Amino acid sequence: MSRSAEYDVLIVGMGPAGIAAACAAAEGGRRTAIVDDNPAPGGQIWRGRLSEGDSPIFVPPPTNAARRCPVGAREPGQSPEDRQAAAWFRRLAAAGVECITGTQVVAQTDGNVLLAESGGVCRELAYDKLVLATGARESFVPFPGWTLPNVVGAGGLQALVTAGLPIAGKRVAVAGGGPLLFSVAAGLRQTGAKVILIAEQTCWSRLIRFGFALVRLAPGKLMLGLRYKWKLLGVPYRAGCWPVAAEGERQLERVTFRAGKKTWTEPCDYLACGFGLTPNTELPRLLGCRMEGGVVKVDPWQETSVPGVYCAGEPTGIGGVERALAEGQIAGHAAAGQPDRARRFFSTRARMRRFAGALNRAFALRDELRQLAAADTIVCRCEDVTRRQMASYTGWRPAKLHTRCGMGSCQGRVCGAAAQFLFGWEPDSVRPPIFPVSVQNLALRNDSWETDTGSGCCESI
Amino acid sequence: MQAVDADIRVTVDGREVRVPAGATAAVAIAVAGRAACRTSVTGSPRGPLCGMGICFECRATIDGRPHQRTCQTVCRPGMEIRTDEP
Repeated sequence: MSRSAEYDVLIVGMGPAGIAAACAAAEGGRRTAIVDDNPAPGGQIWRGRLSEGDSPIFVPPPTNAARRCPVGAREPGQSPEDRQAAAWFRRLAAAGVECITGTQVVAQTDGNVLLAESGGVCRELAYDKLVLATGARESFVPFPGWTLPNVVGAGGLQALVTAGLPIAGKRVAVAGGGPLLFSVAAGLRQTGAKVILIAEQTCWSRLIRFGFALVRLAPGKLMLGLRYKWKLLGVPYRAGCWPVAAEGERQLERVTFRAGKKTWTEPCDYLACGFGLTPNTELPRLLGCRMEGGVVKVDPWQETSVPGVYCAGEPTGIGGVERALAEGQIAGHAAAGQPDRARRFFSTRARMRRFAGALNRAFALRDELRQLAAADTIVCRCEDVTRRQMASYTGWRPAKLHTRCGMGSCQGRVCGAAAQFLFGWEPDSVRPPIFPVSVQNLALRNDSWETDTGSGCCESI
Repeated sequence: MQAVDADIRVTVDGREVRVPAGATAAVAIAVAGRAACRTSVTGSPRGPLCGMGICFECRATIDGRPHQRTCQTVCRPGMEIRTDEP
């Protein structure tokens, strides 16, 4: 294992918050690196928006030489989001940030050292200040048939299509909740999919209230929504509508929807469903950052309860790109020791936090969704544990011990949020490694793992 | 969206498929006509869910290394992907 050079500021996560933090820290003269599991920068929201001309210098570890462009860079796009992303990618390149892609942070090996793994090789990243910008994942609500191939996350299908999945001519239903459904449906249609329905679980009255909040807090978002609506002319958008079952022999063939008292079935090639977002808080929790209301608690400088560790973007509360950019810049400047520069973004952050509040109220999941999963519906997809098997326990820990739910490869990242929604169970403590890593690699740092044997979440692959 | 480079060739369960440069192994599996990447512990077919490296549903054997997340693995020319191994 090679020990890396020291960084003044290390950032985990290469989405908007992480990129903004990296730019702020590097432009302030700090030696800055940014690390991400994905093969290209942008996180989820700017996935696939990197064009060759805007590429920062990438250092794909462990051994490859630095290259100008990561794999998968595309022609420059022309939408406002493309232009916003491109401007940040250019700024990241100009700032001289070391970008480490395709690398997942799995553990902390020492006070200010993280262990990162790429392609079976481990590397230590030592830092003075750390910014956690780990983003969010989609939340899923289990329903009969949700484990069938081609029932995919909404952002998940978008990511797969961005990665080259041929979707032209396929019948796709988009379902779940939140503004993401709109942008996913618009993107799918643009690439030639036949979007047959957008099923939004929340009701019209909440959507209308949210529309008024947009006018006040983020008129740009309202324009964006209208542009999506224009792109989606002719696609039915139903509020108060959700999927109740997916069926098919070896893969998805049809989906049954409900709206009010009406139930009907649509033939589908893909069901893209997402029921909001869950922040990725595994790494902050592993490092001991205090949580409050399911999100990482931060002070006005985005510093967590652990001194020198900052957090920005979705892990501090789901709130979208603009909030993530403001928080990222505050965290980056603060980590670089430049509070006056950080202060400039306080008012934007305050406004976007109010927007986030309106967003989360508008798209809160309805109670009926808790009843979708039948007794024999699988909740934990890694270990195939059903609702019936889990429901007889009082909490996440005993259910884990008796049924193995949440103990497979995803370590509860999917079923944890589902169990919280279905049963009200709070998430368990986090233990290293936070992603599966080979025993061989762990053996290299055996001394720091011995005390934590039997954690059960360390699957050797 | 236009790929920057020409198509590349990989094999899925021994069958050759062409994918655009930058495509992931998960895409190659779909292009090969397979919706499932793996079989679950109770024997049901599973394909990609999250598309972003979180859920581990899209695992397959890549160039002999088992349990690789195909959604996070970019295709290289000649890559061998297997969905029919444990």
